[in-house]
Amino acid sequence: MIDFYLNGRRQQCADVSPDTSVLELLRLRLGQTGTKEGCASGDCGACTVAIGEPDGRGNLSYHSANACIMPAHQLKGRHLVTVEGLARGDALHPAQAAMVDCHASQCGFCTPGIVMSLFTLHQGQRQHPAPLTQQRLESALGGNLCRCTGYRPIRDAALCMADYPDTHPLWADDPDLAGNVEALDRDATTIPARSSPGKAVGHFDSPTDIATLRELRKERPGSRLVAGATDLWLETTQQLKPLEDLIDVRQVAELTTIDETPAGFWIGAAVTFSRLEPLFAEHYPAFAHLMHRFASAQIRNRATLGGNVANASPIGDTPPVLLALDARLQLDGPGGPREIAIADFFLDYRKTALKEGEFLRALFLPRLDNDRQLKVWKLSKRREDDISAVLGAFAWRLEDGKMRDVHLAFGGMAAIPKRAAQAEAALEGQAPGQPAFTTALAALYREFQPLSDVRGSREYRLLAAGNLLERLRLCLDTDHEPHAEVCLDAYAH
Amino acid sequence: MRTLTDISRDSAKARREQQDANKGDGPLARDTTAEANRDENRRHARAHESAIKHVTGRAAYIDDIPAPGDALHVALGLSPVAHGRLTRLDLERVKRAPGVVDAITIVDVPGHTDIGPVFPGDPLFVDDEISYVGQTLFAVAATSYKAARLAVKEAVIEIDEQPASLDALAAAEASDVVRPTHVQQRGDWQRALDDAPHVLEGEQFVGGQEHFYLEGQACLVTPSEDEGVVVYTSNQHPSETQKLVAEVLDVPFHAVTVETRRMGGGFGGKETQASPWACIAALVARRTGRAARLRLPRAEDTRATGKRHPFHNRYRLGFDGRGVIQGGDVTVIGDCGYSPDLSEAVVDRAMFHADNAYSLGDARVTGIRARTHTASNTAFRGFGGPQGMMIVEAAMDDIARHVGEDPLTVRKRNLYRPGRDVTHYGQTVEQLDLLAEIIERLEESSDYWQRRRDVSDYNARNPVLKKGLSLTPVKFGISFTAKHLNQAGALLHVYTDGSVMINHGGTEMGQGLHTKVCQVAARELGLDLEQVRITATRTDKVPNTSPTAASSGADLNGMAARDAASQVRERLFDFAAEHYALDREGMRLEDGELIAGHGESERRIAWGELVQAAYLGRISLSAKGFYSTPLIHYDRATGRGRPFYYYAHGAAVSEVMIDTLTGEYRVTRVDILHDVGDSLNPAIDMGQVEGGFIQGMGWLTSEELKWDDKGRLISDGPSTYKIPAFGDLPPVFNVELLQGHPNSQASIYRSKAVGEPPLMLGISVWSALRDALASLVDYRHCPRLDTPATPERVLMVAEALRDSTRAGSTQPETSDDPV
Repeated sequence: MIDFYLNGRRQQCADVSPDTSVLELLRLRLGQTGTKEGCASGDCGACTVAIGEPDGRGNLSYHSANACIMPAHQLKGRHLVTVEGLARGDALHPAQAAMVDCHASQCGFCTPGIVMSLFTLHQGQRQHPAPLTQQRLESALGGNLCRCTGYRPIRDAALCMADYPDTHPLWADDPDLAGNVEALDRDATTIPARSSPGKAVGHFDSPTDIATLRELRKERPGSRLVAGATDLWLETTQQLKPLEDLIDVRQVAELTTIDETPAGFWIGAAVTFSRLEPLFAEHYPAFAHLMHRFASAQIRNRATLGGNVANASPIGDTPPVLLALDARLQLDGPGGPREIAIADFFLDYRKTALKEGEFLRALFLPRLDNDRQLKVWKLSKRREDDISAVLGAFAWRLEDGKMRDVHLAFGGMAAIPKRAAQAEAALEGQAPGQPAFTTALAALYREFQPLSDVRGSREYRLLAAGNLLERLRLCLDTDHEPHAEVCLDAYAH
Repeated sequence: MRTLTDISRDSAKARREQQDANKGDGPLARDTTAEANRDENRRHARAHESAIKHVTGRAAYIDDIPAPGDALHVALGLSPVAHGRLTRLDLERVKRAPGVVDAITIVDVPGHTDIGPVFPGDPLFVDDEISYVGQTLFAVAATSYKAARLAVKEAVIEIDEQPASLDALAAAEASDVVRPTHVQQRGDWQRALDDAPHVLEGEQFVGGQEHFYLEGQACLVTPSEDEGVVVYTSNQHPSETQKLVAEVLDVPFHAVTVETRRMGGGFGGKETQASPWACIAALVARRTGRAARLRLPRAEDTRATGKRHPFHNRYRLGFDGRGVIQGGDVTVIGDCGYSPDLSEAVVDRAMFHADNAYSLGDARVTGIRARTHTASNTAFRGFGGPQGMMIVEAAMDDIARHVGEDPLTVRKRNLYRPGRDVTHYGQTVEQLDLLAEIIERLEESSDYWQRRRDVSDYNARNPVLKKGLSLTPVKFGISFTAKHLNQAGALLHVYTDGSVMINHGGTEMGQGLHTKVCQVAARELGLDLEQVRITATRTDKVPNTSPTAASSGADLNGMAARDAASQVRERLFDFAAEHYALDREGMRLEDGELIAGHGESERRIAWGELVQAAYLGRISLSAKGFYSTPLIHYDRATGRGRPFYYYAHGAAVSEVMIDTLTGEYRVTRVDILHDVGDSLNPAIDMGQVEGGFIQGMGWLTSEELKWDDKGRLISDGPSTYKIPAFGDLPPVFNVELLQGHPNSQASIYRSKAVGEPPLMLGISVWSALRDALASLVDYRHCPRLDTPATPERVLMVAEALRDSTRAGSTQPETSDDPV
């Protein structure tokens, strides 16, 4: 049974198979066709909905999500808002009214998704007003493709919707809504997580503590772990593979905490990127900058750091950064927790050090102490919401003019995210000048044999990776003309 | 008191014509002041007729239409190989899969099996020969979408795979073509080349483009009570789908009704390529007696349907010391995919636009239609025109660097002008001053020359980042080059409450056509827009229609709607003159009233009252309108004629900044001035200009179609195929519609077509990228930059240029070839 609120009204859907998406639930089961399917892979945003989640202070906080790749079972104890739920009778919500007045819809198919992204932006502005900078707008709308307008009128709508009378949806008048949703959430998480399979095939369990998670993993070795589902769900929508036995880790307390220690931060594997953004902004600005290009808001709201690492994709964006930072991983499973260095985690293409029944529990990010530098540079065809052709993450410190503790990690250059050990050695203990970098470059070319694929040729990857080293040299080169720019603002940090 | 003056019909007609001429509809253009224009603009800038439905989710697309509970879902079995023979197709396991009701192949087609739209060559299902990855082998109908898709996997398919032809250049050389080569020629091009003081040649590859309409191909077909079907389809050409469905079912056309309310984007991708799915779903509906839904999942949509044609272009042009072209030879080779589809006309349009805005002098233009084992490439906004323009824009930059001038100077020198006003296909270019004026105004408003200096200064100071700047014009011919398509019909009903229904043969894909047509009807009848409602395009309302394509939607259907409305209006005038004993002369419909006479003798009758009275007076309140474009003709045998009623113009200035270490770049500023004549709806036209520009920019920059060496498209969805996103919108984006220049031809209210032309404004971004790269060799030459100019391509060109300077010599891509 999925018990949730839809546009202010309680919905109870029984016998929903585990692989059902929110979009399928809406369109096929509930007959709500305002939310569109454009790609069924979380890339176009036409299916964007807003998810209201109790914020612990008696309110609901709304974030955008792609309904096409969100498991319907994760609606339990949430308030789902769709494009049908915004207008108050004939009175349009400011996000809608501004879209109409700015002529921001043409074919209209992406429009419901854009309206929902604007709605979450509007909600966010009401709760935490902040200047609508280009970066903030890109962050809110980068996950919504529009093929007709070219986005200018959409930008205008985003900028002017605050000037409209704040017409609330009818459900916003209900003072009990947040409480009711929270009550469902409590029910959903305090009831023993072991769901009865019921009539629908398969399992979708949402354990709330790590002991139950361990036990479930042991009991059902064939089960799959799901958190944000932003990659896993493509197996069903794109490849039609069965997803019948799922364990949702998003409610597991131990996987959702962030603990600050003097040495760094322990981050639960199921913490979403959106939650990490403030931490990154304060402590790892280069990492925070990557977040803007890592994925759309819809994805960042759902995807987790643990998922991005455990997925072990050679083109995942965070593993090279974590390699550069010397992150440590806490694995857990039948044999209890154990800790390993991230460099020992990736074994081969999509193969990790996780043993049967094990899962990633938490990640430790060492603090960047004062003289340790981090640069993260992502190369992709499109600036936003694209997968890297190459990602370079470089960390080092300067000691008496010499580079120390040099870490050069790359994504997209090998079957696994990988450090360039020989190039690192060439720089270690050297002054950051042309001679050392020339040696490092030669080493880099020797130690990587990247593949050609849809995102870039082998030659491009190698050349660009080498040029990122050159960029690093220019950044460090004190003789370099200080006013000459070495990389595009929008691209690098 | 009223005056009754007996005025003859003829003089009333003359008066009306004069009035029309004042409104911009007579044979001559008028001068309008910018001030008056601004008021007009405000009045006409109406919201899209579906805007509120769009933002509330109430606008229904095909998959949102409720179907009967027993409706079936159809999924397709697509070929996994590019070329071969289908030796075995066993669907027994498919038929036994859960939920499956029917599975069909070519042997189950009662009527035509070839659904080629213009020329044969497109089998509905593969019979024997497989021609591309993604070609339809069979279809499965099941009780759910998922069940149908899962069942497809159960098919046993055996294919005798054969080598695939994937190289259009090699195909062209081997004369492996889908249609014969066509040549347009003016004067003695060879002699012009021989006599020219300078000759340059160049070559380029221009990539294709996936339409990426947000709503994929989709249809819903219900069986009718006789032998036919009703087809709901996301479709730019309902009449053609009606024809093909009828032929496939082997029933008369009148047994098939096709309806399109709106598309979630079309861009040309639903002109011919929406029909196969309707034919297949219709077969299922007739065979099972149940409604059938078919929508393609994004990856299948991308693989199964054709795209914008990739082109290989070459030029060899002679010019004088000032860079003015004397003549030469241009060849455009379109990669048509496996079948003709619309490629005859697409490559023709590339040829018609190989001059863009410039006189080629005595020139020969050759168009080759190469066949490859890929999906059949099709219409896409611009229809070959953009690809043709790319070669002459490349030549402009090359020539400018060769003669040491700014590319803008050379572009201006080559514009059509008095004495050089006839195209290589024999059409005389009108409105000769218009483009020069657009460029001049844009030069000034964009501060081109100061920014040119700033760019040079910046580049001199910065070794890694480089800026580029370019202004490119657009001159785009308006009309279908297939003459018979230049016709349209409309149907207008006035109901007895005074509300008006307008229907026409055009389809709405987001371009605002329905809004414009409503505005035309409202304007003709003097009504508020709210009193006019449009209904879904249906083949049983307006028959034998043309595709909504070639930017012609408003030109053709607006005129047809106007014809229908004016017929009703004239009937009402006649009726009112008699019934109310009013002066027929000077009668007008304004603000919901019929007004007769002036001043003291003025008499007003409310629209509702008039309509009621006319109904009781047994006056027909319904009319069908018709329009066909005058003047146009083209003789393919001689390659000469006047294929275009008129040209639409525009120009764009783009500035870019590239990172020569990574190839990444940003478009930092864009200024556009575009000619839409007297705009029918400035808000909608602005949307077309901006959206077209961004789509053109995407085509030339980030949108990369990639196939593996087996001919399988590997960029088959939005994770691998990157259309522009929100952040690609230039931070400075100044877009203006040219004011005060009505169409010189009597188009609908002197407006101009706007659907396609702005796409080609995006060429300025590509040209600016070349400009930035040229700075690496001190602008001694302009490097070849194939498209899409992805960061990878930009980096590779930058690297090659750096290598050439390191080696101490520059190796120009284009070679000076004195004869």
